[in-house]
Amino acid sequence: MVSPEPGDPTPIVAAPTDIAPAGSLTPKPAHERTADEEAGAVDWDRIAALPEFKDLLHRKKRFIVPATIFFLLYYFALPALVGYARPFMQTRVGPVNLAYLFALSQFFMAWIIAALYVRAANIFDRDAKSILDDEEKG
Amino acid sequence: MSSTPLVFFLIFVAITLVITYWAARRSSGASAYFAANRRITAWQNGVAVAGDYMSAASFLGIAGMIAFQGYDGFMYSVGFLVAYLAVLLIVAEPLRNIGKYTMADVLAFRLNPRPVRAMASLSTLTVSTFYMIAQMVGAGVLVSTLLKGSGITYAEAVGGVGALMIVYVVFGGMLATTWVQIIKAILLMIGTFLLSVMVLAHFHFDLGEFFKAVGHVSFREKTGLMVTKDFLQPGLRYKPPWGALDLMSLGLALVFGTAGLPHILVRFYTVPDAKTARISVVWAMVLIGVFYIMTTCLGFGAATIVGPDFIKLNGGNNMSAPLLAKALGGDIFFAFISAIAFATILAVVAGLTISASTSFAHDIYTNVIHHGRERKAGEEVTVARLTAFVVGAISIALAIALGPAANVAFLVGLAFAVAASANLPVIVLSLFWKRFTTTGAVMGLGVGLLASLALIIISPSIMTIDKEGVAASARHLIQHTPYFPLENPGIVSIPLGFLAAFLGSLITREPKAEARFPELQVRANTGLGAEKAGVA
Repeated sequence: MVSPEPGDPTPIVAAPTDIAPAGSLTPKPAHERTADEEAGAVDWDRIAALPEFKDLLHRKKRFIVPATIFFLLYYFALPALVGYARPFMQTRVGPVNLAYLFALSQFFMAWIIAALYVRAANIFDRDAKSILDDEEKG
Repeated sequence: MSSTPLVFFLIFVAITLVITYWAARRSSGASAYFAANRRITAWQNGVAVAGDYMSAASFLGIAGMIAFQGYDGFMYSVGFLVAYLAVLLIVAEPLRNIGKYTMADVLAFRLNPRPVRAMASLSTLTVSTFYMIAQMVGAGVLVSTLLKGSGITYAEAVGGVGALMIVYVVFGGMLATTWVQIIKAILLMIGTFLLSVMVLAHFHFDLGEFFKAVGHVSFREKTGLMVTKDFLQPGLRYKPPWGALDLMSLGLALVFGTAGLPHILVRFYTVPDAKTARISVVWAMVLIGVFYIMTTCLGFGAATIVGPDFIKLNGGNNMSAPLLAKALGGDIFFAFISAIAFATILAVVAGLTISASTSFAHDIYTNVIHHGRERKAGEEVTVARLTAFVVGAISIALAIALGPAANVAFLVGLAFAVAASANLPVIVLSLFWKRFTTTGAVMGLGVGLLASLALIIISPSIMTIDKEGVAASARHLIQHTPYFPLENPGIVSIPLGFLAAFLGSLITREPKAEARFPELQVRANTGLGAEKAGVA
C-alpha cells in the first residue's frame, strides 16, 4: 500500500515490488519511454524561452554567421581575382604563381575553420547538456 | 594484359559481396535498412562520405580536366572541399537532430508534410537519376577503352555494374552500402597516393622541376598547330567574355550544391548523434582535401608525363589518370588504377540508389500516399527494396540506350545545380526562418528545379553549333546558338530558388509552422528527442 500524499482520497494500490506500478509515481526513465509517451513530455516552448538556451543560440550564431561569411568571401575571392585580375594572379612566386598559391590556401582555410568550429562546438555541446540535465532534475 | 584489371575488380566484387551477405544477416527493420541502425562511427561515416563524394567524375574527370585545361580544372578541386564548410557549419547537425531518414523530414517537421515531401522527393529523384546516368555511362566508357580485347561489351559492363549495385542495396541496405563506400574510398586514397608519389619521383621529388614542366606543356591545337602553354595560368578553359562569371557560377553551384546532395545528406542519419555527424564531416574534409590536392599531381602529371595529345588518341581526357598509371607503373599498376575506377563507380551508384529508393519509400509511398502510416510492419523497407530494383533497372536501360558515346559530362553539373537551387534554399530557410511556410517550400523547390533545368538546356552545355568534323560523341544535343551564355546556371538559379521560397512565404501565413519553430530550435541545438541508435 503506497499513499503518495497524505489525505489522498484515491490512494494507489500496488505492491512496491510490482515491475510496472499501476499509475506510475515516478516518471519512466528516458530509455523506457515510447515515442508517443515522449510526445507531450517535453515543454519545448519553455526550454526555448530559457535564458541559458537563448544565450546558447546567441553564442552559436556569433560563431557560425561570421565563419560562414568569412569562408564565402575568401572562397569567392578566388574566382573573382582569377577572372577579373588575371595579370596580377599570374605573378610568379617561386616555382609557382599567385593563382595556384591562393587556390592551395583555400584547403588550409577550410581545415582551420573546421578545427576552430569543432573546438567551439565542444563548448556548445557541454552547455546544451547542462540545460538538458537541469530539465531532467526539474 | 587486358584481363588483369578484371582480376583486381573481381577481388573487389568478391569482398563486397561477402560484406553484403554479412550485412543482410544483421539488418532487419527500417532503421537498420535505411540508416544502418545509426551505429556507424565517426571515422567510418567520414570515410563513407568521402567515398560517396569522390565519384568517377572526380577521379577520372578532374584529373582529365587538369591534364587538358590546367589551372581551371583545379578550380573544381577547391570548390569540392570548401563546400564541406557549408555542410559542417549549417546542415549536418540540425539534419541529424530533426530528421529520420531523408532530407524531406526536416522540411516536413514544421510544414504541411504531403506537398513538401512530394516536391522534395521529386527533386531528390531528379538529382540522383542525373548523377547516376553520368556514372553508368562513365562505367561503360571505361570498360570499352580498358577492357578492349577481353570480350566484354559496353552493354554487358553497364548491366554488370547495375546488377551488382542492385544486390548491394536490395540485400545489404545502408550497412552494406556504407562498407562498400569505405573500402572503395580507402582503395582510391591508396591508388591516388601511390600515383602522386610516382609523379613526384619522376621529377626527382623536386617541386621546382615539376612546376617548370607544368609551365611548358606542348600539345596540338584543334587547328593542327603545335603550341606550348603554361598550365599553371588560369584561363585555359574559362575564357572572356563570360569566363569569370562562369567560374563564379560554378563556385556557387559547388558550395551550395554539396549541402543539398541527397546521397550525402542521408549519410548523417547513419551515426548515433549530432556530435558524431560533426566529427564525421571533419574526417571527410581531411580525406577529401588530401585527395583533391593530390589531383594536382595526377592532372599536371598526366599533362607533363603523358601529354594531352597521347591521351586524346587513347581514350580521351577521362583516361588521363589510368594512362598516367600505365606510363609510370606499367600494366599491373594500370590494372590496379582501372579496377579502382570501376569500384568507385560501383560504390557511388549504390549510394545514389539507396538515397533515391529511401526517398521514394519514406516520402512518397508512406507519407504522401499513405498519410504517414505503414499499413503493415516492414512495408516501407519492402517498397524501398522494390524501388532500388526499379531504379537500377531504369538506369541500366537508360545508360545502354544512351550508349558509350553520349556526352553526359553536364549531368553531374546539373545535379549540383539542382541541389543548390532547389534543395539548399528550403533546407536553410526551414531551419533558420520562423516565417517560412509550405507555399514557400513548394515554390522554392519547384522554381529552383525548373530554373536550373531550363537554364542548362539553353546553355552552351547542350546548345552549341558544332564545327564540321566534330566526332559524334562530342556533338551537342541541340545545334543552335545558346540563349544563356554560362555553362553553370547557379548564379541565376540559386538566387531564383531563394527568392521563390522567400516570396512564397511572404504571401502566406502559417501559424502552425511558426508555433513549432521553438521546438525545432530546441531539437536542432540540443539533440533532445532525436532518433536514437538501435541496439546491435
